Amino acid sequence: MLDLRLYMLQRLSALVMAPLVLGHLAVMIYAIQGGLSTAEILGRTQGSALWFAFYGLFVIAVSIHAAIGVRVIVHEWLALRGAALSLLTWGACAGLLFLGLSAVFAVTVQ
Amino acid sequence: MKAPARSHPLWFAFVLHRLSGLGLALFLPAHFWLLSQALTNPARLDGFLQFAEIPLVKLAEFGLVFLLAVHMFGGLRLMALEFLPWSDRQKSLAAGAVGVAFLISGTFFLKAI
Amino acid sequence: MTVAQEMLDVTVHRGTSRGAQYDSFQVPAHESQTVLDVVSWIQQFADPTLSYRFACRVGMCGSCAMMVNGTPRWTCRTHVNKVAADGKLMIEPLRNLPVIKDLAADMDPFFDKWTAAEGHHHPSQTRHDPIVPIDPTDAARAEADLGVECINCAICYAACDTVAGNPDYLGPAALQRAWTLLNDSRDDGHAGILDAVSGSGGCHNCHSMGSCAQYCPNELNPMRAIAGLKRETAKSFFKGKRNA
Repeated sequence: MLDLRLYMLQRLSALVMAPLVLGHLAVMIYAIQGGLSTAEILGRTQGSALWFAFYGLFVIAVSIHAAIGVRVIVHEWLALRGAALSLLTWGACAGLLFLGLSAVFAVTVQ
Repeated sequence: MKAPARSHPLWFAFVLHRLSGLGLALFLPAHFWLLSQALTNPARLDGFLQFAEIPLVKLAEFGLVFLLAVHMFGGLRLMALEFLPWSDRQKSLAAGAVGVAFLISGTFFLKAI
Repeated sequence: MTVAQEMLDVTVHRGTSRGAQYDSFQVPAHESQTVLDVVSWIQQFADPTLSYRFACRVGMCGSCAMMVNGTPRWTCRTHVNKVAADGKLMIEPLRNLPVIKDLAADMDPFFDKWTAAEGHHHPSQTRHDPIVPIDPTDAARAEADLGVECINCAICYAACDTVAGNPDYLGPAALQRAWTLLNDSRDDGHAGILDAVSGSGGCHNCHSMGSCAQYCPNELNPMRAIAGLKRETAKSFFKGKRNA
């Protein structure tokens, strides 16, 4: 169910995310002070290539990582297998990619 | 019927890692969708951000930050277990991951309120 | 002067995977009594149709493992007063395996996976070659030595939640044997072993929850062995090997 290829994708995407999560945690602790507003978020991120790359990479890595994680849980807890399991894995990955990249474009691209 | 062998620290670490990962995976679509409204419907995003000022919602945010931090530090422990030379201190490391995650999410909560 | 005989309250799984019930027995308690003593007493004095498995009674053969109050244990070396202070025992066949009858689990899937993980010796020499000395201080030998005391009792297999959720998963015992052979300089099956543990039921399904190590009666650590397999297969991945 998890062969070497999926396992490596899972671990490599996790390694990519480790520094990104630390950055994200730092940003959250910094930004939450005094409340949040759309204008404040956009003022920080809009037009910034750095934030685009940061969160773009984050979204790609998390889509892969979460899709494989959900695949494992659904197989072990709901006994889904075969083609249906593959469909769910790739569907989850594609859905997260689409929603995530939409969000990244919305807050970083003018 | 047959109760599985459980309730030892590393089993709890496994359950925590699985449930935090599942929680984050379910939260992500909502998180992404709301942020994607920033340009097309900023009023909706601002409306939500005001809703997020309610203390109970702040507590839920603290929970989400904890899930993220504990999933990351717990995951780093697992990758160290798999890729670095073996260490017998896995229970201490797992407890340490929970502790650091609590510290970080607690800092977030104190800054948020 | 007689003292009232203390009794144990014992519930025993009866039947097969197709249908089962639970029978209760009152068994006389004794000092230094093992769970296997209790099961044997029931079979000898209460119900001769009770089926169970044992051989050596000294913790070497690995055949008497059962679930005792929900935990997999070698019953011949498990003292009743250590696991049932209140005198109540629930005895069932090993988890994660089909049941032949009563307390006898069907070990076929367990040993089939042992074979599927290439858990057998792959000779590198013939009987006509000179014997190559083994250096006990060698790092790989020391790693192999950690796993050689496995008695194939399947307690780790019964303890593992990953096996419970993923029936194709090879399980801790078979993977630990694969790791032991991989570190044995006399074994010539390294490439085949790495292939065998990299498939869809292979070592990468392990979540390192450590129930195998927690409950192994010989205090071995299959979780550590499986981590070693993950490390070696990851290295082979970077050398250009993409799947099993």
